[in-house]
Amino acid sequence: MKKIEAIIRKSKFEDVKQALYDVGIEWFSYWDITGLGKSTEEQVVRGQVFKSGYIQRRMISIVVRDVNMEKTVNAILNSAWTGETGDGKLFVSDIQETFRIRTKESGSDALFNK
Amino acid sequence: MKKYIISFIALIGLLSSAAAQTTAAAPKIDTGDTAWMIVATAFVLLMSIPGLALFYGGLVRRKNVLNVFMQVFFLVGIISVEWVIVGYSNSFSSNSIEFLKPFIGGFDWAFLNNININDLSPYFISHSQLAANGSQVGTIPHVVFIMFQCMFAVITPALIIGAFAERINFKGFVVFSILWSLLIYNPVAHWVWSADGWLFKLGALDFAGGTVVHINAGIAAIVTAVMLGRRRDYKEHALPPHNITYVAMGAGLLWMGWFGFNAGSGLAADGLAGNALMVTHIAAAAAAITWTLLDWIIDRRPTVVGISTGAVGGLVAITPAAGFVGIGGALVIGIVVSLICFCMVAYVKPKLGYDDSLDAFGVHGIGGIIGAILTGVLASPLIQASYKGAIYGNFHQLWIQLLAVGTTIIFSGVGTFLLFKLTDKLVGVRVSDKNEAIGLDETQHGETAYTIFD
Repeated sequence: MKKIEAIIRKSKFEDVKQALYDVGIEWFSYWDITGLGKSTEEQVVRGQVFKSGYIQRRMISIVVRDVNMEKTVNAILNSAWTGETGDGKLFVSDIQETFRIRTKESGSDALFNK
Repeated sequence: MKKYIISFIALIGLLSSAAAQTTAAAPKIDTGDTAWMIVATAFVLLMSIPGLALFYGGLVRRKNVLNVFMQVFFLVGIISVEWVIVGYSNSFSSNSIEFLKPFIGGFDWAFLNNININDLSPYFISHSQLAANGSQVGTIPHVVFIMFQCMFAVITPALIIGAFAERINFKGFVVFSILWSLLIYNPVAHWVWSADGWLFKLGALDFAGGTVVHINAGIAAIVTAVMLGRRRDYKEHALPPHNITYVAMGAGLLWMGWFGFNAGSGLAADGLAGNALMVTHIAAAAAAITWTLLDWIIDRRPTVVGISTGAVGGLVAITPAAGFVGIGGALVIGIVVSLICFCMVAYVKPKLGYDDSLDAFGVHGIGGIIGAILTGVLASPLIQASYKGAIYGNFHQLWIQLLAVGTTIIFSGVGTFLLFKLTDKLVGVRVSDKNEAIGLDETQHGETAYTIFD
């Protein structure tokens, strides 16, 4: 089992969501995050235009079976891409154990995507 | 004090003998006027809490929003109490010391002493009647006038919060605000609105507080912002607002409350109040649209912070003019104020490098100055026959307006400088760098606005 965490542009979220649906991944969590990095964002407040170092992004977190990892990663890499600085990052890590609370199933049986 | 009591007793004697001689009908409270003024008073309170608190609270960062709410709320409490203790008397009563008469009121009405609930307001604009002693009185109860003016006294120091937000220590804020109300607001209110005030006697026009409220607070704002120094994170541009929904809600409540502020300042429910309501609304609308167009053309997108700021700027500028200009004047004032305030906030402020956190000076100070001067230009005899501005050939009015603006700027500027210095010596005004980084909600009040707990 792998955990895939991706930091993506908010403007690419709908594309990424659709790409994941297309490869059969219909189960994930996401939240808004603020970070610092090389990228800057242009902001306008009361007529002043300035670059802000605080970058608004969205983080997606998905736990998948090993067999599904590659297609999930590819779906995100392709759909979140613009080519400009600030497209984000994607991390893959091992998950030791998973349980489904309702049925007490464990291991990869507990994961939604077959 | 004894002297006051003696003169008061003498006055009573005089009144009762006059009453015996006059045959005029006893003056009566007008229920329509009074009902409107009570509602208008509530409207003006709504401008402070929650209107201004939301407007300013939304513009600061999330770690400081409660501090702003607390500051506004605290002022509603402390200044209201100050108002009935000495504030009203210092602003509106007559001073028994002759040479101080034009500059500050006395203590005859301290603790609202000598004021009965059925007394009629000695202040009026267009509705008056003959009192038993032969003087003119208004048609609303004196106590309603006191409370209406109380709301003005409350919101004025609250406007200054926009300048020092996000870095002032709460104790310093409290001491400074009380001193400022006592020594700056009350005298200026006396100059402009009291029957003895020197600017009032000169004929300075300030219908609802452009000079007393907005220029006064706006100048105090720039002085405190410069004296306090920049916020640690300020880098020549605004810090992004944390909740623009609050900003828009606050601006909406300010707009609504301003109907009480301006249309109530005629102290009656009549045509003049109706005109004030109309020009207030139209000036705000014109200013909001102008600012939006500037945003759209110059910075490519119409923004919510922009339209909210523009609306407030228009409301500020129409304040002194509301009882003197017609619809044409309202449109001119609305458009001009947005053009100038936009340049002030977008270009002049970053150039000069002072950190007026929420543009209390850029919007209230500049907007108030523009409004006060344009009142002298645009005042129309069609609204109040005896008041004419420069475009109707009365250049004298413009000079009086400039004099009123100039003296208010100097008095408020110098006075604020001294009081802020004094406050700094007494209790300190700036929070520590670490506390500023953590945020004033946590460090000054031990609360946070957006908790993760249920």
